[in-house]
Amino acid sequence: MEIRYWNKEIETADREKLRQIQLQRLKSIIASALKTPFYSRRLPSVGIHSPDDIKSLDDLRKIPFTTKDDLRQNYPKGLLSVDTSEVVRIHTSSGTTGVPTVIYLSAKDLDAATDIMARSIYATGTDKTDILQNMMSYGLFTGGLCMHYGAERVGLMVIPAAGGNTKRQIQLMKDFRTTVLHITPSYLLHVHSKLAEYSVAVSDLALKKAFVGAEPHSENTRRKIEDLFDIDAYNSYGLSEMNGPGVAFECVYKTDLHLWEDAYIVEIINPKTGELVPDGKEGEVILTNLIRHAMPLMRYRTRDLAFLHKESCPCKRTHRRLSRILGRTDDMLIINGVNIFPSQIEEVIMKIPEVGTNYQICVEKQGALDRLIVKVELYSKIFMGEAKQIDNLKAKIADELKASITLKPAVELHEPGVLPVFEGKAVRVVDSRPKL
Amino acid sequence: MAKQLHIFVENKPGRLKTITESLQKIGINIRAFAIQDRGDYGLMKLIVSDPRQAHLSLADMGCACALKDVLAVSIPDRPGNLHRLLGALADGGINIIDAHGFVLQPNKQGICVIEIENLAQTNAEQVVRKAGFDVLDDDQLNNL
Ligand SMILES: [Zn+2]
Repeated sequence: MEIRYWNKEIETADREKLRQIQLQRLKSIIASALKTPFYSRRLPSVGIHSPDDIKSLDDLRKIPFTTKDDLRQNYPKGLLSVDTSEVVRIHTSSGTTGVPTVIYLSAKDLDAATDIMARSIYATGTDKTDILQNMMSYGLFTGGLCMHYGAERVGLMVIPAAGGNTKRQIQLMKDFRTTVLHITPSYLLHVHSKLAEYSVAVSDLALKKAFVGAEPHSENTRRKIEDLFDIDAYNSYGLSEMNGPGVAFECVYKTDLHLWEDAYIVEIINPKTGELVPDGKEGEVILTNLIRHAMPLMRYRTRDLAFLHKESCPCKRTHRRLSRILGRTDDMLIINGVNIFPSQIEEVIMKIPEVGTNYQICVEKQGALDRLIVKVELYSKIFMGEAKQIDNLKAKIADELKASITLKPAVELHEPGVLPVFEGKAVRVVDSRPKL
Repeated sequence: MAKQLHIFVENKPGRLKTITESLQKIGINIRAFAIQDRGDYGLMKLIVSDPRQAHLSLADMGCACALKDVLAVSIPDRPGNLHRLLGALADGGINIIDAHGFVLQPNKQGICVIEIENLAQTNAEQVVRKAGFDVLDDDQLNNL
C-alpha cells in the first residue's frame, strides 16, 4: 500500500522527538494561558507562574482538568488570551445549558488547525485530484468549515453542500463526480435509502471514500457503508473545543485513528478517579490543545470514552491510535450528528409557562435518521378550549427548542399527569435507537 | 349563551372513557358530544346537563378543560335549513371553527352547536336570529 505523508518528518518522528515538541509547545501554551482571566487564576494556584515552571511533560498533571462547566462559567471571554482584534474566527458548540461553549482562533491558530486537517485528509490517500462534497453543517459548528479549509489546503475541489436536501446532494454527487464525502454515518445510510427514489444507482456515482464522523458508530456500520457504496470509509474524531474534526483520523489501514500528538496531548483517565490508565485500557479522553493560542485549553475533559492502541501502525506513523468512541461519561445525546444535552431541553421547557415541569425526551430511528420527540404535559389551568391554542403552543415549544439545540424536535403535548415522574435526569431520556 | 365543555385528550385508548366515567359518577348527563381529531391529540366537546359542575369536577381531577361559549341554534329538521344558517353566517363574515349537530325530534327540531371565532366580538347571535332561527341559552339547552 502506498503511504503518503503530508508532513513526513512530524508524522513519523520518533516518540522522543514528539515528546520534545509537546514539551516545547506546552510551555508556549502556558505562556498564552497565563494571559487569560481563567488560567491566570488557576495556574498560579497550582504553582505555575511562568512557562519555566513546566520542566517536563509530567508537570502537565499539575494542571487541574478544565471542564465544560468551566467554559460555561467563563463564557464568553474568560479563556481568551488576546484582544478580539487578533481573532479571525469563532466557533461554538452546545453547552449543557443555553450557554454554548465558544472557541477563538487567531490567524496563526487557524493556519495550524487547517494544516492538521489537511494532514488528516491526506493520510487517507485523498489528494488534489479528489472532489469533496462536505455534507456537514457549516456555520458555528466546526465540522463544516474546518474540514472545508483543510480540504482546500490539500487542493481538493470542495463542494460546500452542508447538510440536508438529499435530492440536491445526490444531484451534486452526480453532476460534479464527487469522489469523497464528509458526512455523518446515519445521514450516509439515509442517502443510500434515497438513491432508488431518484433513480440513481451507486454505479452512476464516482464515490471512492467517505469521512464519517460526528457520531459514534461501530465497525459493522462502517462495513455496511463500505459495502452499500463500494467505498472506503474513514473514521474521524474531533470536537469543537479542540478545533473540530481533525483531532484524530484514520490512515489508509483503517485500524482506528491516529491522534496527532504534536498538536494535542492525549491522556486517558479513569473518569471516576482522574488517574491515568495505561494504553489499551478504556477511559475518558483528556486533551490539551497545543496549537491554539487565542484560546488555550488544557486537560479538557471530553467526556468521550475510548482507549489508545499499544501497537504501532504499518503506516509507520508514530502518533498513537485512538479507538472508536465507545461511549460518554455524561448524558449528552448525539442526534443526527448534533450534540444535545437533556439539560438544554429542560431549561427551555421550564421557561414555558403553558406546560408542566414534567417532560420526557425520546430519540428513535426513522429510517436511517434520528428523530427527537419532546413530550410535555399541558398545564391544565391555561387551557382555553381551542385546538389553535394547542397547535400554537406546540409550534412555540418546537421553535424555542430549535433556537437552543439547533434542531427542531417533534413536540407532543400530553394530558397533565400522564408522563412518568422521575427524580433523576437520565431516565427522562428514552433512547430507543439501535446502536450504529 | 350556551356553554360547551372542551376537554383536551391525548389520542390513546381509554382516555374518553375516563372522562365519561367521571361525569357519570356525579350524575351529569351528556346531551351531545363531538370529538375534534388533531392527530396526536383530540378535543372532546360536550353539551352536558350542568356544564359548570362538570367543568369543576373535571378540573379537580387535573383535566385540561374549559367552558366555551357556543351558539346553540335550534333548527327545524327540514331540508335546506342548515344551508340557510351557514349562508347567513358566511354573509355576515363570521368564521366557524367547529360545529356539530344533532336531531332532537325527527322531522321537527334539530340543534346545531357552532363554535365561532372570537364569538364575543361578533354579532353572530343577531345574524342567526335575523335569519329566523332561535338561539338557545344554557337553561333552554338543558331543559330540552
Ligand atoms: Zn496508520
